[in-house]
Amino acid sequence: MKPLNNILPEDDGGGRRIIGLSLGACVMFFLLLSRLWYLQVISAEDLIDQSENNRLRFVPVAAPRGAILDRNGKVLVSNTPSFSVAVIPQDVKNKEQLIDNLAHYLNLDRTEIETKWNKGQGRAKYYPLVVASGITRDQMEFLEENRLALSGVNIEMKPIRAYTNGSLASHLLGYLGEASEDELNSERYRDYNAGDYVGKSGIERAWESYLHGTDGGRQIEVDARGRFLRTVAETGSSVGNTVMLTIDLEMQKAAEKALGDQAGAAVAMDVNTGEILAFVSSPDFDPANFTGRMPPEVWKKYLEDERHPLENKALKGMYPPGSTFKIITAIAGLEEGLIDEHTTIQCTGSYKFGNATFRCWDHKGHGEVNLKKSIRESCDVYYYKLAERLGVDRIAKYAKLFGLGAPLGIGLENEKGGVIPTQEWKLKRFGKKWYSGETLPVGIGQGYVLTTPVQLASMIATVANEGTIFRPHLVRRVVDSDGKVLQDFAPQVLGKTGLKPATYRFVKEGLLAVVNEAHGTGGSARLWEVKVAGKTGSSQVVKLRDSKGAVPYRFRDHALFVSFAPFEKPEIAVAVIVEHGEHGGSAAAPVAGKILRSYFEGKGVIKKPVPKAAPTEEEGGEGVAEPDDAAPATTKPAPATTKPAPATTKPAPATTKPAPATTKPAPAAGSAPGSDKRGRDVR
Amino acid sequence: MFDRRLFTNFDWTLLGVVLLITAFGVINIYSASSSYRDIGTPYYLKQLYWIVAGLGLCLTVCSLDYHMLEDFAYWLYGGVLILLVLVLVAGKTTMGATRWISLGFFNMQPSEPMKIVIIMTFARFFSRYPVFKGLTLKELVQPLLLLGIPAVLIMKQPDLGTAILVSLIAGTMLLFVGVRWSALGTIFAAAVPTVVIAWRFLLHDYQKKRIYNFLNPDLDPLGSGYHIIQSKIAVGSGATFGKGFMQGTQSQLRFLPEQHTDFAFSVFSEEWGFVGCLLMLTLYLFLILWGLGIAKRCNDRFGSLLAVGVTAMLFWHIAINMGMVIGLMPVVGVPLPFFSYGGTSMVTSMVGVGILLNISMRRFMF
Repeated sequence: MKPLNNILPEDDGGGRRIIGLSLGACVMFFLLLSRLWYLQVISAEDLIDQSENNRLRFVPVAAPRGAILDRNGKVLVSNTPSFSVAVIPQDVKNKEQLIDNLAHYLNLDRTEIETKWNKGQGRAKYYPLVVASGITRDQMEFLEENRLALSGVNIEMKPIRAYTNGSLASHLLGYLGEASEDELNSERYRDYNAGDYVGKSGIERAWESYLHGTDGGRQIEVDARGRFLRTVAETGSSVGNTVMLTIDLEMQKAAEKALGDQAGAAVAMDVNTGEILAFVSSPDFDPANFTGRMPPEVWKKYLEDERHPLENKALKGMYPPGSTFKIITAIAGLEEGLIDEHTTIQCTGSYKFGNATFRCWDHKGHGEVNLKKSIRESCDVYYYKLAERLGVDRIAKYAKLFGLGAPLGIGLENEKGGVIPTQEWKLKRFGKKWYSGETLPVGIGQGYVLTTPVQLASMIATVANEGTIFRPHLVRRVVDSDGKVLQDFAPQVLGKTGLKPATYRFVKEGLLAVVNEAHGTGGSARLWEVKVAGKTGSSQVVKLRDSKGAVPYRFRDHALFVSFAPFEKPEIAVAVIVEHGEHGGSAAAPVAGKILRSYFEGKGVIKKPVPKAAPTEEEGGEGVAEPDDAAPATTKPAPATTKPAPATTKPAPATTKPAPATTKPAPAAGSAPGSDKRGRDVR
Repeated sequence: MFDRRLFTNFDWTLLGVVLLITAFGVINIYSASSSYRDIGTPYYLKQLYWIVAGLGLCLTVCSLDYHMLEDFAYWLYGGVLILLVLVLVAGKTTMGATRWISLGFFNMQPSEPMKIVIIMTFARFFSRYPVFKGLTLKELVQPLLLLGIPAVLIMKQPDLGTAILVSLIAGTMLLFVGVRWSALGTIFAAAVPTVVIAWRFLLHDYQKKRIYNFLNPDLDPLGSGYHIIQSKIAVGSGATFGKGFMQGTQSQLRFLPEQHTDFAFSVFSEEWGFVGCLLMLTLYLFLILWGLGIAKRCNDRFGSLLAVGVTAMLFWHIAINMGMVIGLMPVVGVPLPFFSYGGTSMVTSMVGVGILLNISMRRFMF
């Protein structure tokens, strides 16, 4: 209890003032009551009348979505006007008849209109409900002429998306669609109405809240039949914010062209900031098909294509990294002190482990192999042995250090994380213990290892800048309609690998040799003006046993290539995967080369007006060794088609452009049956 | 501490009136939100959960002796002040205003507890401050600083409604303590230039617009002016006996804005008419007078001050909300205690009632 001096003194006057306050409260309540009396009793008649004839209607004015621009301000997506038909349920006298009339005038299915109508149930009855969108100008004029038969119908103009570059970067940009029932019921889309368009994938979805403008509206007065009398008031709509991407339109175009009609993905990234410069998933789709009504046959075509055009392969495609992963194994070996740049092993073409034989892709063997040669010629045996000594957990440690095995947070939904196996992982996932024999394929990026193209680009960028993992990002800045910058994205460092500088130096020398030295597997990515470094890879889709004849498309190996340039002061990293392209050197490396070329052309380092075929021909005519690198790479793992000597048997396909070269391997494989017994050989 | 007298002295009347009002509130929210698209749990159910949670807090507050609050008052004041500063520095911005702060596991709006904390702070300040013949101007400096700092911080968020409420609550407490006529006159004379300055520098455009719209609703029949017009039509068209439960055309056709929160009373007026409003006003007036009665009956100064403060808080919420709904006051987002939908308001009001119950049942403890 408190001290007694707390007790109210007699002479305080508190009691008197309580009475004062009570009186004050009574006065206020009397005021409120008087006002209620005035409204509800005296003015009641007039206000009842006003409520019954509440002829004010709200007509929304749709706001244009913000534009999406490339890094230089070139338009990727903008808007164009479109007409839609809306009804105001409150003003409709005969619903069934109106639906019949609309179906007739618009040449639409009756149930389709009805479904949309019913979707809007539970909303304010005087609020327009869109029942048909994307009608033609002719249909619109027709409806205008027949207005009298269409009481309660409004024609609204609203802006829709215009895809300036067609299907360019369609996976990245994403498409729009009407907000679904589930979306409308979720917290995220609280303020949306049935019939509103929302981003369904890509940037359009991830940046929905920024791109979506604020709809305006007009307060109009209508007559007893719901016809417009006058505008009472108007609030303007405000356009959504502009999202400026990190993508370079010219590079994106070049990358898509380079990948051509092959299925796969390519990601180009700024090594020093993490900005994504090109982001390709192939085959692509036309986002315009999704605005309005998509013809069912188009939808069916998308869904049934075995190459999955709707899937964003750069973000969600998980592939075994194949030999590109040898970079990680080599780094682990160097850092753990198990190898140095001089350590050599003997490659006899295979490695016996227990009672299993692990084959090198070159069945003749590479002879004495040191680190540089192991990278340049992608010797599998070197990495089997190294992996065996490292153990799976130590490999995983370095893979994770480079950001593999977990999503990087690129800012799009459903980014995949891939898999970097460890002993613990296998126990959790399969409830079985790890067998040491399973470690060997991990060393060459096979087995359980899975990575996404974005992760591979980030990994090679980290190698290039020697240890800094930048968060890969797609948006440079967000600008509002007045040009005010709302958000500006600075490079974000996710982590540092903190490895010895020498480790990077030795590995990078190997990567340089891959592209630029005789016997290197990545010669077709070479540029003469800029030094390119990289690593090829091909990863098994299925284990092939004694396959005879041409391998069916869906069983062919994936071709990979990761690279960066310029070697001395890296600026750009590129990762390419060609699904079922079979060989990194022949299918993926040329694509990476073209993407790198477009980057340096854009910077003015490489002159642009070079005839199309020139680079490859020049390459072919240059040395004897270079085309050979491409040649073995284009062929199946048949011993006969490997290094220098047999290369002379196939100079023709090698000197031609990469595209036809990729068609070669199948017959080559056919001519060399029984190539890989255990199907372990991968390069 | 736990003495039988506490139970026998428990203020069932106060709790009963509050529960009656909340019951009307839930029924009204049911009607007001019936035309909404259903997103998850319906509002009336969520309101019930909040009532239960609020009651829990209310009973917790009244189970601890309120004299403890006297020791904590300044600490709480300091803590909430820090949170208010944090909101301005690192708060979450929604719809153009930064009012929320993330405390990791949940978000809070520190301007709301300030309403209660300012009451405790003033009660603590004046409980040991001898006042004869009212406060002089000089004696007013300290309490006005105590009020001014949080009020300005809240106005900066910007949250004009809460800033005004906090000031009105504190002002009412000052009147209870007693202010000399000379001081009141001087303050009034100084208020004029202050209002001019506030208008020019502190008020945001949207707040100025609201005041303009209040003075002339026809200026903006789409925005807040529209709300007032539609709300007036709703209330008036309810006439003497109302249109009946769930029969209000204004609300069921969604002409009313925020009809389950700030404009809940407008829905009620439309559906229950003047008779219903009279009942509600009676209940609320009873609540206020009862609260003041608790203050009068309380034997210690701290308790008295506390009771006056809490009653003032409820009173001003009621007056401002109802005044807004029937077009007597500008549209400021102030909920009707125990009646509007909303967890924050329910919790604050219930804590207030907890304090009143606490004082009421301990009045014979000396």
